[in-house]
Amino acid sequence: MGSILFLVVLAVIVLWVIAAYNGLIALKNQTVNAWKQIDVQLKRRHDLIPNLVNTVKGSMEFEKETLQGVVDARSKAMASGGGVKETAAAEGALTGALGKLFVVMERYPDLKSSQNVRDLQEELSSTENKIAFARQLYNDTATRYNTKQQQFPTNLVAGIAKAEIAELWEIEDQAERAVPQVDLSLKKPQG
Amino acid sequence: MTAGANLFEQQARNRRLTVAWLALFILFFAWLGFGGDLALYLAAAARTEGQVAYRFPWIGVVITTIAAITAWVSWRKGPQQVLWSTGARQLTAPQTFEEKQLDNVVEEMAVAAGLPKPKVYLIDDPDPNAFATGRDAATACIAVTTGLLGCVNREELQGVVAHEMGHVRNLDVRLMTLIASLVGVIVVLSNGMGRMLRGGGGFIGGRGRKASGPLLLAALVVFVLWVITLILAPFISRIMAMAVSRDREYLADATGAELTRNPAALASALQKIETHEAPTTHIKEGAAHLCIADPLGRDVNLREGRLADLLATHPPMAMRITRLKGMAFQQLKAAGQQPAT
Repeated sequence: MGSILFLVVLAVIVLWVIAAYNGLIALKNQTVNAWKQIDVQLKRRHDLIPNLVNTVKGSMEFEKETLQGVVDARSKAMASGGGVKETAAAEGALTGALGKLFVVMERYPDLKSSQNVRDLQEELSSTENKIAFARQLYNDTATRYNTKQQQFPTNLVAGIAKAEIAELWEIEDQAERAVPQVDLSLKKPQG
Repeated sequence: MTAGANLFEQQARNRRLTVAWLALFILFFAWLGFGGDLALYLAAAARTEGQVAYRFPWIGVVITTIAAITAWVSWRKGPQQVLWSTGARQLTAPQTFEEKQLDNVVEEMAVAAGLPKPKVYLIDDPDPNAFATGRDAATACIAVTTGLLGCVNREELQGVVAHEMGHVRNLDVRLMTLIASLVGVIVVLSNGMGRMLRGGGGFIGGRGRKASGPLLLAALVVFVLWVITLILAPFISRIMAMAVSRDREYLADATGAELTRNPAALASALQKIETHEAPTTHIKEGAAHLCIADPLGRDVNLREGRLADLLATHPPMAMRITRLKGMAFQQLKAAGQQPAT
């Protein structure tokens, strides 16, 4: 009787270790995959930028500096290494440069009303969104992975699964970090 | 707990509710299937004084088999039929600016959910609405009406598509197909059995044999209860199906909020959709539970109250909007800002 009980307890423990190990490996691969998805979107943005620059170059003679800023930020981002921190910093700078260009473009009504530019702008802002959403997915997945490997009792298996804390993609740029103020009340604004 | 909870708490709560409803549904179906067998078993036991004479639960096995086959067929064929019945056309090469934007928004939400991009369909209907269908994430389709594209801005469109993406990610199509076919089988069963029993009742009583008392009484009680539930079954099963459906709507709202992190945009899209009261003529009742808003524009979905709670495919709009605003409020609070009150 005692030995049967012992065997049952042993079997339960072994099964749990297998399940916990596999769970950690699955999360690790999800994290890696989520990072790859960001890469796909970043590459698309890099590919779109020359197109945009060429389209607006002619009409924006006086904004050479802004355009050059975008081009420089792009080449810096493409040259940056694969680490989370470096990529985040370089791509953050590119996002900032693009944002500046979009603001400047507001001053050129003919440019904005051109169908070509409108399509291109939609394409770029969609890509910006995809980058943001891919980053959100990566941060969520990495957080789940990090929490799992630190929590008891899964942390006992973390060593066997060679789990390491995944770095989150933090937003460095202050302008990018600012959350827009949203008024949720149904009241009319005062004054 | 309801309106004030953040989106993850709301998701967890909705998942628990669905599990509870589904368990209840299966128990109900098992009772419908095997209750008759139980009565027959008891009656047979009463007649033969304790010896087992009724060994195989025929009624239950046959009913379960029929339900399994219908569920499988409608799961395989359902999505294409739904799309075909609404006259949706696939958006393979987006032409206009709005179409390109829709295509982009769907892709953005697929990225956010970490799922393959669903096929995009357009329905030429002036009423704003949208639905999702497909067997799983790989075969998913998202269809929106041209009326929706005309009345919402980009962020609101994103909210609506995120809600549909939520249905896809939560495997609601599979769940609702299963439930719809169970309801279908129950309705057919109830009609058929009712007719059969009226024709040849009294098969419990035994033919002229002396039966022992308590077992026969138990058989009769079980039998009567079974017949009563069978008569009420279509009504009860529909109420349960609608409860699951409403629950999944709340869950899709919360999942959509998780994808966009912008519950306020979905709330304002719902407000716009609500003001267009006209029914979506192209979407038939079969796809109602997958839409963002009830395409039939039924009054039961607008009012809050007992009857509305029981029969509507969708929760009251006002309640959904309140919950979404609750999520947005929690989000601002978490961001460390002073939320406007």
